Amino acid sequence: MSTNKVIDACGSFCPGPLMELITYMKQASVGDTLELLSTDEGSAADVPEWVAKVGHEMLGSEKIDGVWHLKIRKAK
Amino acid sequence: MRILVVGGGTGGTIVANNLARRLSAEIKTRKVRLTMLTASDRHMYQPGLLYVAFGQMTPDQLYRDQKSLLESNIDFHVDPVEKFMLDQKRVQTKSGKTYDYDILVISTGSRIVPETIPGMAEGAETFYSEASAVKLFKKLREFEGGNIALVVGVPHKCPIAPVEFIFSLHDYLKMRGIRDKTNIKYHYPIGRMHTIANVATWAKPEFERMGIEIETLFNVKEVDSENKVVRSEEGTETKYDLLVAIPPHKGMEVIEQNNMGDGGWIPTDRYKLTMNGHDEVYVLGDTTNLPVSKTGSAAHFEAEVVAENIASIVKIGTPVRDYDGKVYCFIEAGHDRATYAMFNYTTPPDLKPASKPMHWFKTAYNQMYWTSVRGLL
Repeated sequence: MSTNKVIDACGSFCPGPLMELITYMKQASVGDTLELLSTDEGSAADVPEWVAKVGHEMLGSEKIDGVWHLKIRKAK
Repeated sequence: MRILVVGGGTGGTIVANNLARRLSAEIKTRKVRLTMLTASDRHMYQPGLLYVAFGQMTPDQLYRDQKSLLESNIDFHVDPVEKFMLDQKRVQTKSGKTYDYDILVISTGSRIVPETIPGMAEGAETFYSEASAVKLFKKLREFEGGNIALVVGVPHKCPIAPVEFIFSLHDYLKMRGIRDKTNIKYHYPIGRMHTIANVATWAKPEFERMGIEIETLFNVKEVDSENKVVRSEEGTETKYDLLVAIPPHKGMEVIEQNNMGDGGWIPTDRYKLTMNGHDEVYVLGDTTNLPVSKTGSAAHFEAEVVAENIASIVKIGTPVRDYDGKVYCFIEAGHDRATYAMFNYTTPPDLKPASKPMHWFKTAYNQMYWTSVRGLL
């Protein structure tokens, strides 16, 4: 059964939002959805870049009250 | 009031010593009992492993007896916890003893898990343990030129270590007169050469000056030591003669075995440093699931907050301050220069140019650490 997990990486300069996503992606199962919260403006570009390169699925990206909500499904 | 500290690394030792002094009167009159349970009677200064890998320190210089670092009013036992019974506010140790608590501090740390990446444990050198750092130094000393590749697992302790290793490697090979016979390739998991943007901005031209090849978006998938090739999740590969890995980490097995957090990382409130759903359980250092660097520095600053808050709970019935995400990391930039990165949840680091005085400060801190864990610095 797939699960949804929220990763709060707001205010993280190190390890940073993308590194946090990679950590949790390794723990997730194929089909799981991860929602990354980030206050780093760079996340809007570097997260989709990594997701596309590795072959996962970008489900959505929107900024709400200064926080990026990036939804990704683990595909492999 | 029974305060129990589980784990005797940087965070646990600082929190225990800090509490021992803040609550000395209460401990003396037996209103408070402060107990520490650890897995080892020795304490290692882990940042020193980088120096061991380059023959600049020997392993014996990295250790002190744990008991010698602790205030005498701490009830100290080498008897690691195997069961956490949080609902009963009780733990059970390896020897079978049980300890009840009113406040629990968990600082069990993290461990390397190279075996989670096929071939890494057998095919890559590292410097995240005493034995591996010595082995790597011997390999480097025998090295006569060729391709050295550095790869980085996720998550990992001391996020600045990959950058420091490359600086030190460049200087070491120059000193041995074989830098011009060696290609160094640095691989990093995300799309820039360090996760801290300002560190990447500072280090990239330095790497270019040293002739270091950089490949970003490289997450290690497997190490093929037979063919001396390391492959990435992103579909690329690098041939090597000597492969050095920053291994991926997990929290301690006891945390997973007690179902206290995926990957061994305990879900923790980022400001209070309490375990989610358990206000009487504090978590610090590598053990948390916080988006904060897994370093002794983070554990140090977290420990100060935890100790102040626990002491305040004893004295006035309430905690008094929040953790602001503070981390301070030295960055060695070779054998005679260093800089530092300091940041918190709201302020990014502002890197200064590397300098000799900062390297001397770091060298001094390698000894001052023992004062730091005693809670005096």
